[in-house]
Amino acid sequence: MLGRTLQEVSAALKQGQITPVELCQKCLSLIKKTKFLNAYITISEEVALKQAEESEKRYKKGHSLGALDGIPVAVKDNFSTSGIETTCASNMLKGYVPPYNATVVQRLLDQGAVLMGKTNLDEFAMGALGSDTGGSTRNPAAHCGIVGFKPSYGLVSRHGLIPLVNSMDVPGILTRCVDDAATVLGVLAGHDPKDSTTIQDPGKPFMLSSLTDVSKLCIGIPKEYLVPELSSEVRSFWSKAANLFESEGAKVIEVSLPHTSYSIVCYHVLCTSEVASNMARFDGLEYGHRCDIDVSTEAMYAATRREGFNDVVRGRILAGNFFLLKENYANYFIKAQKVRRLIANDFVNVFNSGVDVLLTPTTLSEAVPYLEFIKEDNRTRSAQDDIFTQAVNMAGLPAVSVPVALSNQGLPVGLQFIGRAFCDQQLLTVAKWFEKQVQFPVIQLQELMDDCSSVFEIEKLASVSLKQ
Amino acid sequence: MAAPMLRGRCLGRCWALACIDSGSRHGRGAATGFTSSGKRGQSFVAQQPLLTAQKSRKGEHKWAAVVGLEIHAQIASNSKLFSGSQVHFAAPPNSLVSFFDASLPGTLPVLNRRCVEAAVMTGLALNCHINKKSLFDRKHYFYADLPAGYQITQQRLPIAVNGSLAYSVCVGKKWRQVITKTVRIKQIQLEQDSGKSLHDELRSQTLIDLNRAGVGLLEVVLEPDMSCGEEAATAVRELQLILQALGTSQANMAEGQLRVDANISVHHPGEPLGVRTEVKNLNSARFLARAIDYEIQRQINELENGCEILNETRSFDYKLGCTVPMRDKEGKQDYRFMPEPNLPPLLLYDTASLPAGADPQQVINIDRIREQLPELPSETREKLIQQYGILPEHSFALLNEVGLLEFFQNVIKETRAEPKKVTSWVLNIFLGFLKQRNLAVNESPVTPSVLAELLNLLDRKVISSAAAKQVMDMKRGNPRAINKLIGLVRKVTHNRADPTVIKEILEKQLSS
Repeated sequence: MLGRTLQEVSAALKQGQITPVELCQKCLSLIKKTKFLNAYITISEEVALKQAEESEKRYKKGHSLGALDGIPVAVKDNFSTSGIETTCASNMLKGYVPPYNATVVQRLLDQGAVLMGKTNLDEFAMGALGSDTGGSTRNPAAHCGIVGFKPSYGLVSRHGLIPLVNSMDVPGILTRCVDDAATVLGVLAGHDPKDSTTIQDPGKPFMLSSLTDVSKLCIGIPKEYLVPELSSEVRSFWSKAANLFESEGAKVIEVSLPHTSYSIVCYHVLCTSEVASNMARFDGLEYGHRCDIDVSTEAMYAATRREGFNDVVRGRILAGNFFLLKENYANYFIKAQKVRRLIANDFVNVFNSGVDVLLTPTTLSEAVPYLEFIKEDNRTRSAQDDIFTQAVNMAGLPAVSVPVALSNQGLPVGLQFIGRAFCDQQLLTVAKWFEKQVQFPVIQLQELMDDCSSVFEIEKLASVSLKQ
Repeated sequence: MAAPMLRGRCLGRCWALACIDSGSRHGRGAATGFTSSGKRGQSFVAQQPLLTAQKSRKGEHKWAAVVGLEIHAQIASNSKLFSGSQVHFAAPPNSLVSFFDASLPGTLPVLNRRCVEAAVMTGLALNCHINKKSLFDRKHYFYADLPAGYQITQQRLPIAVNGSLAYSVCVGKKWRQVITKTVRIKQIQLEQDSGKSLHDELRSQTLIDLNRAGVGLLEVVLEPDMSCGEEAATAVRELQLILQALGTSQANMAEGQLRVDANISVHHPGEPLGVRTEVKNLNSARFLARAIDYEIQRQINELENGCEILNETRSFDYKLGCTVPMRDKEGKQDYRFMPEPNLPPLLLYDTASLPAGADPQQVINIDRIREQLPELPSETREKLIQQYGILPEHSFALLNEVGLLEFFQNVIKETRAEPKKVTSWVLNIFLGFLKQRNLAVNESPVTPSVLAELLNLLDRKVISSAAAKQVMDMKRGNPRAINKLIGLVRKVTHNRADPTVIKEILEKQLSS
């Protein structure tokens, strides 16, 4: 049951094959077993069971709220959840319990979803895994073999999303299949009066059509994305995907996004500037961590922020403040905004030339082992990992990573589709067709759990033997 | 030790038509601190220009002072500029603070329509060009009363620019000649107010009240077209009256709804402008002119003694009557301005550009606002002069006290007496009567009807003006005055009326 898609589980709940409470308990049990992964910062067990019970009552009466009723969901720990600790994985917000729900959280809860807990992230979403802002929905999805979808900027409310870069952040959706992503989008999308950057349209649920004929489709392959660092495996999957579309009758053409090479630097200037601004509120006065020093307000600010933020965060704040200084503003911030406009225009031009959807890799390679990973510093890692994903955030476009195949090492690889602004439905339709074609293997959870258990046992033994 | 009242360069002797009250009143609602003295010739501005004497001693060069103002007016709205929390003066600390005001992570600003309308109204009343597109920015600095670490303001492109404010000074012998002066308005911008800090020296701590954090402000920037404290004070007074007439701000300085920062410099006429200082937070009408004039004189003294003026920020010490440097503001601050990414550009329309089928809730039509502007003080005064033939300076005086104009108009309605007579009674005797008892117009025991009746009696010469004044006394329950009145009535009725009956009637009438 836990390995099934949202739609399958939803059907099972409706038919009474499993109850919301049973489902919730299974989920909780799995979470506990996989605790060593440190995937959750907070597990909201009591809340989840209570919500599951209420969902069960609704199902018994035949009054389920919809496709999400009783479905277990997890929310990244930079979304504000009322009464549940929200930390952004930072010392600065340790113990911070918000008094309100982010709009997207509220919309999920209103549909009867069951909140299992708050998931881990790099501090304030600034790690090399990227951010919602640069790809951290799509990157992990590609590495884990699931669907990671970033909606168009302005389609989904950011109210309650603790911001990294306000002009680029978008709540992202991670699911097992494209249809599930569409289901969730239907619940989340639409105008929020609390977020002035959302579109006016109210939004409503929708069903993705199943494409049978792709002959009218034009797929663009951006040539600047063929970089030397791209692993040969990913390159080959990309190539095969392009061929697949072509063989099924779609038009596949090479396109150019000429300013691609500037986007990393541009992104860093704008990102650090906004970060410096957004982090200014963390001063220890109203909420969150406060140091013990009380000699003066200034001393308190300095110590609180030194203790509360890690090196990566502090580094970005310093860089951002540098770019915003009067003498630097024109040369850095304004210039970066202009370059951002050029990058966004690159996409507009390509889409105007008849291309419907762009096809690119999501990551340079499969997931890199931890020991390899920590060899590079954060900035380098970000630059590498975000290379395919962050230009999309700068342009505000919708994009989705779909798992394509397992690598030689048996690790998942994904490919990315990029669509026109506010053509999210069309984008997902194409992604759904592709997903059907590649038939990426469904994860065998039981096998995995057995493997995990043995790892866990070994670890336990190891710690025991150490004690002895 | 009071600071000497000195003037930089003013038009000879000028009697600014808004005199500063020698006794400010608190808790009276709007417009405290600025009231007419009522009696001409007694204005505080009839000061001898001591400066002249000093000038001729020290040197031949004259000095010219240049004064610009930044005025912050709290917008009269139910809720704050970017959040739904209420706006109230003197509420329990931290009781009017929304999640956004407290800068809780993840909260976003949502623009208050009423505040935008207030800005447009004020801009139109001040002859500004309204920018159909304006932008919001973040101004960063760290201070305990600024929870987000930045203020949302309009630095790049404010909502209104290039306006003017006209104010009047009376000059010449007997102050009969009214001269209109204009100060250019550089811009009007929308911005957030900060919270309040209360410094507890005893416990070495600062207490923060965020009730005011996020309240909408209109910052009105006046170009340095003024040349002395009087002119500045008069301009501020006129702006206050305009804001009150529009209803966009109560502009009560005692309640912190109107705050003034002054930019002051001196130079020799014909030479370039001097280094300017900023005198911040002039929150008292009473001391506004004084503080500015002090600073002007201070700068002149410094320069004449061969010293330089520092481009610094100062505050006015009310007790000592002088400006002092502000410790916190040493060095130039870099506010690291950045566009506010959570607020799209503010777009306003006029009838011509209004998109078809636009939701009226979502759009603001400048033309519609212009059509609905209420009568401004200058218009009201003009009408009074035309309608009643009263003197210009009286028209100023009538508008200078809350409720006085309405009172005056009600008396006029009910009396046969000449407007000039009514004016004289209202401005001299009635106002004096209120002052003596420290009352506001709306607290007056003497109603317009009573005054009207008194004036009618006077007009018909039934009673003397002395008697009429005593009647006013009566209203406060002075029994001896009643007896006097009985005496008068008997006299008028040639002793035919029965005193007891008269007393009854009078008491009945007077107690109603």
